[in-house]
Amino acid sequence: MKVFDKGVSRRSLMKGGVALTAGLAAPHFFTRSAHAYLNEPTGSTVTLGFNVPQSGPYADEGADELRAYELAVEHLNGGGDGGMMNTFSSKALKGNGILGKKVEYVTGDTQTKSDAARASAKSMIEKDGAIMITGGSSSGVAVAVQALCQEAGVIFMAGLTHSNDTTGKDKKANGFRHFFNSYMSGAALAPVLKANYGADRKAYHLTADYNWGYTTEEAVRTSTEAMGWQTVQTVKTPLAQTDFSSYITPVLQSDADVLVLNHYGGNMVNSLTNAVQFGLRDRMVNGKQFEIVVPLYSRLMAKGAGANVKGIFGSTNWHWSLSDPGSQAFVKSFGSKYGFPPSQAAHTCYVQAILYADAVERAGTFNPCGVVEALEGFEFDGMGNGPTLYRAEDHQCFKDVLVVKGKENPTSEFDLLEIVEITPVAQVTYEPNHPQFAGGQLGTCNPGA
Amino acid sequence: MDAIVLQVLNGLDKGSAYALIALGLTLIFGTLGVVNFAHGALFMLGAFCAVTLNTVLNISFSTIDPVKKDFLGNPLKVETPYIESWFGPELGAAIIDWSVPISILFAIPVMILIGLCMERGLIKHFYKRPHADQILVTFGLAIVLQEIVKYFYGANPIPTPAPAALSSSVDMGVFLGFDAGSIIYPYWRLIYFCFAAVIVGGVFAFLRYTTFGMVVRAGMADRETVGLLGIHIDRRFTIVFAIAACVAGLAGVMYTPINSPNYHMGMDFLVLSFVVVVVGGMGSLPGAVAAGFLLGVLESFASMGQVVDLLPGINQIIIYLVAIVILLTRPRGLMGRKGVMEE
Repeated sequence: MKVFDKGVSRRSLMKGGVALTAGLAAPHFFTRSAHAYLNEPTGSTVTLGFNVPQSGPYADEGADELRAYELAVEHLNGGGDGGMMNTFSSKALKGNGILGKKVEYVTGDTQTKSDAARASAKSMIEKDGAIMITGGSSSGVAVAVQALCQEAGVIFMAGLTHSNDTTGKDKKANGFRHFFNSYMSGAALAPVLKANYGADRKAYHLTADYNWGYTTEEAVRTSTEAMGWQTVQTVKTPLAQTDFSSYITPVLQSDADVLVLNHYGGNMVNSLTNAVQFGLRDRMVNGKQFEIVVPLYSRLMAKGAGANVKGIFGSTNWHWSLSDPGSQAFVKSFGSKYGFPPSQAAHTCYVQAILYADAVERAGTFNPCGVVEALEGFEFDGMGNGPTLYRAEDHQCFKDVLVVKGKENPTSEFDLLEIVEITPVAQVTYEPNHPQFAGGQLGTCNPGA
Repeated sequence: MDAIVLQVLNGLDKGSAYALIALGLTLIFGTLGVVNFAHGALFMLGAFCAVTLNTVLNISFSTIDPVKKDFLGNPLKVETPYIESWFGPELGAAIIDWSVPISILFAIPVMILIGLCMERGLIKHFYKRPHADQILVTFGLAIVLQEIVKYFYGANPIPTPAPAALSSSVDMGVFLGFDAGSIIYPYWRLIYFCFAAVIVGGVFAFLRYTTFGMVVRAGMADRETVGLLGIHIDRRFTIVFAIAACVAGLAGVMYTPINSPNYHMGMDFLVLSFVVVVVGGMGSLPGAVAAGFLLGVLESFASMGQVVDLLPGINQIIIYLVAIVILLTRPRGLMGRKGVMEE
């Protein structure tokens, strides 16, 4: 109490306390005002983070993704021929960067490992100030990085990820997927398989023993069983498996007349090569020609499998031989710059970068919550897949899906797949609460501040 | 029963690759005392000898086809291999078709040279260093080699098929007394097994019946005494390293039609091959071969649906499980010699 006796009243102490509190609070207030969201660009540039596999088994696919992103940055900054920006239905982008800020980028190496991908994304967000993370060639990586971006408060525009879970049980408000998914592959493939191979078939599934394999097996099995096929056996194969002979030979002993290879990348190249070596395609079972199906194709994979892909059905998100103006503009732009046509991974990454930039322009802010609002329910066209919807409920793009077949007489090393059918979007659309996508909550957007 | 025969064939086929790699590994360990973690990379380099020769044989000149268009709508460039214009379309195409067997002739000198360079340039400086140092430096070398290959050839697998005449499969059911069509097996995999048997037999005969081999075997038993007899044992061991590199390389060449080669294929085999060497007994050549085939067959059986249904995950751990059991009951491995790695 002595202190009050020395001329300091309670009132003045209270005033001082309030003033001190206000003083301490002020920097936080101003900070929040200056940075309403994480990594808000304050200068004349904005930094995007391209997180792609630059080493490891998907390095070639990652290199193609990076080429596409570099092309997108060039187009966003007004360089080149503009590519798909000329055919895109939204005209918000002006070729002067994003919101007038020049687009710069940093890259990370996912190594197709979840922990490495998270570390590189974290580094790009924290050290390089990336406002958005995009890329990847694996569902495991996509789910891991998407969760990180949600926690950090930046937008994640997924690259090549096909598992249902990315926009199913692991969906996040800050994450968006343009690429199609396992369910869509099954829904698109089943009618084509029925038309070509009949409704009375017995399928044997070899499935990569990880998340993507499970959802793809479930999707294809459900779709084919619905049209009358029987599933005689499903076998999980280790992801690290290189020689599939011991998994192929039991197929010879079974009653199956179709082998479904729920494999991707090196797994698919090796299992398909082994299956053809063992004469499965020359085999007659139940009075029918034995057939092989590869639910998810990519041109880069088809190249690895060589002549073994001839005549084999699969699905793909996009193919360079499409004749719509958007695809042609992208192929011309990419092909002129790099000397070969783009892969589906390159296409989806390019589109994601453009879609993000467009959403920012339309929202008038880089704030992730503004971007989420701009992308949710966004309908667009001119990006190579026909009219497309970014569904608000799960942040999944809904568009046409391609059913392709290994070409019998390719004219070049890029001409390996031919489009059999463009499956209309209505046929591959499902309810947000579909059992294959059950569980998980989108949550609310996180601006990171 | 036919399912069992098929899995035995699969196992022998897998075991062929394990045995060839493990044979070289244990030969190097037995002679030089070096734990060579770059041996898988030598297998990979051998495979890329086949890829390289195939690429060289396919070097082409372009002619413009005004009728057909490329992906940009320009007149299509039609590529014709020089070899087809030099030797005629049929013979030229046949040479390209048989590029994998021809690659053996190309790979032998290349792999011997690589082996000599590796041993003289790097490995010899680590003879007297601890095994941990040897493992680190050879593992580092393996990573460098695979990154070099990836730089030139990319990360994707590169299809390198067997000759068309050997790329189909044979119905062995009739020969083995089963129903026709019950045991179908690819020709090339049978050739691979026979090739492995010839190479293993050749290495054993070389060590058994030549003076060089006798000196090497004496050096493996007692290096110091052989040196005191005035024999330059180090030079012999350098040649042994080159032979081991050549064996791994040839295993890689012949493996290319079985699975499309990629830069990482050596690492896929490396760990398994070390397990094979340990199970067979460090430094034991017959042990490495026996363990290679044994583990190959066990791995195949463990992949059978009935076995996996009974013991889920067994297909992924069987080799390590067997290794633990064998090392617990026979700490030196199946045919390990007393005194090796026991100082």
